[in-house]
Amino acid sequence: MAKRIDVSGLHVYYGDFLAVADVSMTIEPRSVTAFIGASGCGKSTFLRTLNRMHEVTPSARVEGKVLLDDLDIYGPDVDPVMVRSEVGMVFQKANPFPTMSIYDNVIAGARLNNRRMSKSEADDLVEQSLRGANLWEEVKDRLNRPGSGLSGGQQQRLCIARATAVRPSVLLMDEPCSALDPISTLAIEDLIHQLKEDYTIVIVTHNMHQAARVSDRTAFFNLEAPGKPGKLIEMGETNQIFTRPEKKETENYITGRFG
Amino acid sequence: MNTTTTQPPTPGPETGTERVDLRRGSLPRHFPGVLLASCAAVVAGILLLFGTFGFLLWGLLTAAAYVVISVTASARVEGSRKAKDRLVTSLVYGCFLLAMLPLVSVLWTVLVNGLARFDGYFLTVSMNGVLPSMDAGGAYHAIVGTLMITGMATLISVPIGVMAAVYLVEYAQGRMKRIIMFFVDVMTGIPSIVAGLFVVALWMMLFGPGRTNGAAGAISLTVLMIPVVVRSSEEMLRLVPQDLREASYALGVPKWRTITKVVLPTSAAGLTTGIMLAIARVIGETAPLILTAGTSAISINWNLFDGQMMNLPVFIYSQVRMGGAINYERAWAAALTLILVVMLLFFLARMLGRLFAPKVR
Repeated sequence: MAKRIDVSGLHVYYGDFLAVADVSMTIEPRSVTAFIGASGCGKSTFLRTLNRMHEVTPSARVEGKVLLDDLDIYGPDVDPVMVRSEVGMVFQKANPFPTMSIYDNVIAGARLNNRRMSKSEADDLVEQSLRGANLWEEVKDRLNRPGSGLSGGQQQRLCIARATAVRPSVLLMDEPCSALDPISTLAIEDLIHQLKEDYTIVIVTHNMHQAARVSDRTAFFNLEAPGKPGKLIEMGETNQIFTRPEKKETENYITGRFG
Repeated sequence: MNTTTTQPPTPGPETGTERVDLRRGSLPRHFPGVLLASCAAVVAGILLLFGTFGFLLWGLLTAAAYVVISVTASARVEGSRKAKDRLVTSLVYGCFLLAMLPLVSVLWTVLVNGLARFDGYFLTVSMNGVLPSMDAGGAYHAIVGTLMITGMATLISVPIGVMAAVYLVEYAQGRMKRIIMFFVDVMTGIPSIVAGLFVVALWMMLFGPGRTNGAAGAISLTVLMIPVVVRSSEEMLRLVPQDLREASYALGVPKWRTITKVVLPTSAAGLTTGIMLAIARVIGETAPLILTAGTSAISINWNLFDGQMMNLPVFIYSQVRMGGAINYERAWAAALTLILVVMLLFFLARMLGRLFAPKVR
């Protein structure tokens, strides 16, 4: 189910502005890859190119290749909508659909794609996804309540359940814990550990402890100066990046020394 | 405070003159109410004594006396900041009352004058076979006409307006968008009589002279209604957080489904309110309907496409034009009916809005 992502020579532009330059990397299946780096260095922008979400922003465009297993997702006859059902995404701010109940939120992906489902199939999918997101026990008695009534951490897990209910092979997470308290963060991190059995997970985080805790591999992004494009500086085993980084810049960032 | 041993920065601790007293005098809590009541009583007494009592004079003098006394007293006891506060508070309350005065006055006048003839008979009988000066007849045909014409205008305007707003918010970019928004704004400002004239000319061209009917009235209202619907819907759609659209896209949902299943339901409450306001805006239009739907219909006409159709605003207009006492009574009753219809619509809008609103907990 999980798929490998191969990026080669990827440039991201906003209009004429080169935001991210020349990124090449391989993201292994059934593992967690963390992107770290200062704000504005393009890690979120790069993450969004992995399921073509950047196209939502007018004027954003991409050069280069992103292979999902063997398929180039920027190929001429590839439908971005299909790409996104294969590569799911969880956002910084939990964003359950306010008009829908918890139940409807979880099967929103299937319902909105008009997939025909019997009641029992839908029930199973909801239970399975919520169990997968460690949320089932907390919400099983109030599935028909609105999703916006949950706490922040629960809402984020609801969003993860909603993303996994579409059965993607890759899950992108854009700072999923930055708005959460430590307990909720721990719950999400535990969840990430479980999810990597089935999915390829890419997580953007500002919290280096989090990167060290959850990821198998880490990529460090940086930009030379404001206005310059962001670049991939170094990528490797998380352990190695945090203990024996090859580049000076990485070491400076990780140890908190700059310049 | 034995600060003698510590730092010098606090000057002159031994004199105690630098200590700030945080307490201030204050007027009793019930002061404003009691003062207002006594001002009103005293002013009323004086005016009655001189035999020149009038409500307007009474209100003005009471307000003036209240402001002067409360501000002076406050300045004496509480200091200048509190005094200014009381002055401005009185001013704001005064402006609010001033703004409410015409509104309440209009409602009151319509209610008092309208109730004379407003009854079941008036609501269920038309003017068919009734001479204008007879003590009979009602506004049923006008109510039917108003509902038919406004209903058809709504049926046409709402889909067009909402879809135009969806286009503007979700699809349009750059120059095209600016042009459309400019023309929508221009259309909002079209005088209603011009819309009526436009439809008269259109009907003349399509069906020949003298063939205007209820549908013509509905079309002229549509011209006025669409820009209002577009503007209000656009605002509502912009309020839907971008997050929700992205969440939907990230689930592999196509854009059009995202719009129909996420964006529109999320903004449904606001859209409903906007549409209701647009209906309220056109339901009282008179000028274009005088030109198009006709002023002389006296009988019930359920057919928008055949013959003249009376409606409440034009009914009021034509009754007032006739000038008899009974005609004025009918006009007031029709005005009351129209206001009630609008209020009913607003009530309905509130109910629908609550039904559609995103629920928390």
